[in-house]
Amino acid sequence: MVLPVAFFGVFFAYPVAAIVSRGLHVDGAWHLGRIWDVLIQPDIRHVLWFTTWQALASTALTLLVALPGAYVFARFEFPGKQILRAVVTVPFVLPTVVVGTAFLALVGRGGLLDEWWGVRLDTTVWAILLAHVFFNYAVVVRTVGGLWAQLDPRQEEAARMLGASRFTAWRQITLPALGPAVAAATLMVFLFTFTSFGVVQILGGPTFSTLEVEIYRQTSEIFDLSTAAVLTIVQFAAVCGILALHAWTVRRRETALRLVDASLTARRPRGAGQWALLAGVLAGIAVLLLLPLAVLVQRSLDAPGFAYYRALTSADGGAFLVPPIDAIGNSLSYAVVATAIAVLIGGLAAAALTRRDAGRFVRGFDALLMLPLGVSAVTVGFGFLIALDEPPLDLRASWILVPLAQALVGVPFVVRTMLPVLRAVDHRLREAAAVLGASPWRVWREVDLPMVRRALLIAAGFAFAVSLGEFGATVFIARPDNPTLPVAVAKLLGRAGQLNYGQAMALSTILMVVCAVALLVLERLRTDRTGEF
Amino acid sequence: MLLSLENATVRFGGRAVLDAVDLAVAEHEVVCVLGPSGSGKSTLLRAVAGLQPLDAGRVSLDGRDQTGVPAHRRGVGLMFQDHQLFPQRDVGGNVAFGLRMHGTSKRQQADRVQELLDLVGLPGAARRAVAALSGGEQQRVALARALAPSPRLLMLDEPLGQLDRSLRERLVVELRELFSELGTTVLAVTHDQGEAFALADRVVVMRDGRIAQSGTPLEVWQRPADEFVARFLGFDNVVQATVAGQAADTPWGKLPVPDDTAEGTRTLLVRPAGVRLVAADQGLRCTVAARTFKGTHVAVHLQPEDAPRLEAACALRAAPEVGDEIGVEFEAADIVVLGAPLRVPR
Repeated sequence: MVLPVAFFGVFFAYPVAAIVSRGLHVDGAWHLGRIWDVLIQPDIRHVLWFTTWQALASTALTLLVALPGAYVFARFEFPGKQILRAVVTVPFVLPTVVVGTAFLALVGRGGLLDEWWGVRLDTTVWAILLAHVFFNYAVVVRTVGGLWAQLDPRQEEAARMLGASRFTAWRQITLPALGPAVAAATLMVFLFTFTSFGVVQILGGPTFSTLEVEIYRQTSEIFDLSTAAVLTIVQFAAVCGILALHAWTVRRRETALRLVDASLTARRPRGAGQWALLAGVLAGIAVLLLLPLAVLVQRSLDAPGFAYYRALTSADGGAFLVPPIDAIGNSLSYAVVATAIAVLIGGLAAAALTRRDAGRFVRGFDALLMLPLGVSAVTVGFGFLIALDEPPLDLRASWILVPLAQALVGVPFVVRTMLPVLRAVDHRLREAAAVLGASPWRVWREVDLPMVRRALLIAAGFAFAVSLGEFGATVFIARPDNPTLPVAVAKLLGRAGQLNYGQAMALSTILMVVCAVALLVLERLRTDRTGEF
Repeated sequence: MLLSLENATVRFGGRAVLDAVDLAVAEHEVVCVLGPSGSGKSTLLRAVAGLQPLDAGRVSLDGRDQTGVPAHRRGVGLMFQDHQLFPQRDVGGNVAFGLRMHGTSKRQQADRVQELLDLVGLPGAARRAVAALSGGEQQRVALARALAPSPRLLMLDEPLGQLDRSLRERLVVELRELFSELGTTVLAVTHDQGEAFALADRVVVMRDGRIAQSGTPLEVWQRPADEFVARFLGFDNVVQATVAGQAADTPWGKLPVPDDTAEGTRTLLVRPAGVRLVAADQGLRCTVAARTFKGTHVAVHLQPEDAPRLEAACALRAAPEVGDEIGVEFEAADIVVLGAPLRVPR
């Protein structure tokens, strides 16, 4: 418990505190009025407004598209379902930069739609909204569909026997049971889209900017650190509010529901309507989730003899001091270190949270652990930048800074994956082992470890994928001679020229393949009890 | 007939779970379908309810074919095996659900809920949370909920399955009284013969999706149709015999059979009460292998020298000890010739 608390204290609370004081503590005095001064600027107000409404619109659109998907995955049995379930999860672990690039290749200038019909969406908000749907589809399917599959279908049948029509039974029985899960998923999607950075950075152009992007712009382009700090505080407050609401809905979700084994509730679709629904969902997945990735791969190959991939091996492009291909090595080694840190810290925290004698304080820590996930990577990166560059903690020049930031973002995933599994270990099993003569250490080794091992692997995989794709924090602190894959992609996209564009596509493809492979391996390990993501 | 099934067939992936079943239930009749798990009895209820479409045949209610009629328009009630009370509603909300679906006014709903809770012995429980109920109380609420919309046919799936024995025995009597008082038509399924015999006017024994026997509890108990039914009812003294005249040749020796028994290979059932224990030097010589106390009698398991085991029922005072050598004679009145062809004994 001590180690996680210290880790969060130094690498999260301290940087956040540094931001607050940088923004509000000027000339030895606190100026809370600064917040107001910044907020009434018209362009800032515009950013706030856009951030909120695009998040709302993205969330609504995601729910509209993904809820039928959740139903289909929960209740229908069809060939290839397992693989497809893994496939729809791939976008969620994809780096935002890759998602942005893929949609650029689909709807941007010279993109697929542009070529076929002369339609370009990259100057409209639609590109951002569609990319957000792409990104968060799995969140809804997983959270809502996971619960839906475990709801006993006989509850609805019981209502039908009492005279409720199919729709009435769903509205009266299933919907209230799903309500908290839908609310939790909605808040998660809202949170992710509210703090969206990579997608908006790439697709938004000069017109559209979220808070997150604005913080980045204020810091690295305008160098107005105090405005950036104020914006960070605003975002921090908003995220805390959303997370508190989320924690509340999750607690409500745990009220007594009749849950059954998910494998027993699915069956083959019956009748034309259900087949049409299944076909519609599959078509939607193909167009919204698979097409962008396919186009990305196609664009990266759109030069004779893998020219874009070969160009990655030389530094001649001028975008970097090193060949872009080096970014792969950087990313992988950073991700390995970050995964190790995240699993250690997250594992310890999860174990501490499962202790039966865990007090109020420890349980409060549970919610705090979620903060880095929502508090946005840019905040973390910015915080590192201004807090850890001077004594006593001068890590500015150290390579460890990047994995540390990535681990901070990865820890919530580790905790969320481990907690349900650790909590599901029946305490009587440990008692049984103890009665049979096992010492506490042996009990942990013989009972807990075998049950948790898979979850541990999955947690590590998630942390790895998240570190690999982490962009918002890394872009602040990665050094120019050691770029990571997402940073390199963003930099290439920021430059003109067909070759740079092609190289960005090629690097994104590589990143996508690595993440997708990591996820598909995890999917084989996954049991349906593991985790909320 | 209120309910009739003709040739009702349901297949799950090629296997017939319900295999050309014909069944009729008259108004005010209480019919109990009895069978081991996997015999298709729950599927039968689901087919009647409209929750499971038939692959062949049809279900009629009041003479009207129900094909294509959705579950909520059939006007039948179903009490689920584990009750399926709605956890997010209180007791009153559960009981009133069906009334709400039928558009009953709020006032009538409240009256009816009260009436039904009184009927099932839970007066004033309307505001209680479902999760706080005991197993027996949940069962009563489920019954009240199923009865509330006054279904023309009430179906019960293992109505007392999860309750402990003494509660089960009390509730089965209550149910029986309630149904005869209300004149409800009931189709219940259970794997417990005691429950079926206590509840039903007529018992239907199912096996592998087919009806093995149908009759009053007394008929089924006295004359099991075949070896399967006999063994399912707990009779283990079933043996192959060659009948000639008034005697049957069995591994246990010559047994008396009724006059009109057809000659040839037959299956015989000897009820435990018909196995009489005599002195060791008379009749079939056996060793006592085990004895179990059954409350009203003692079940004695006997091992003849080279024949299948026999079970005998005898009074506690007369029961021999394990290891005793005794003789066995058979009562003609407790020997039944089973109708179906012989099957290989287990």
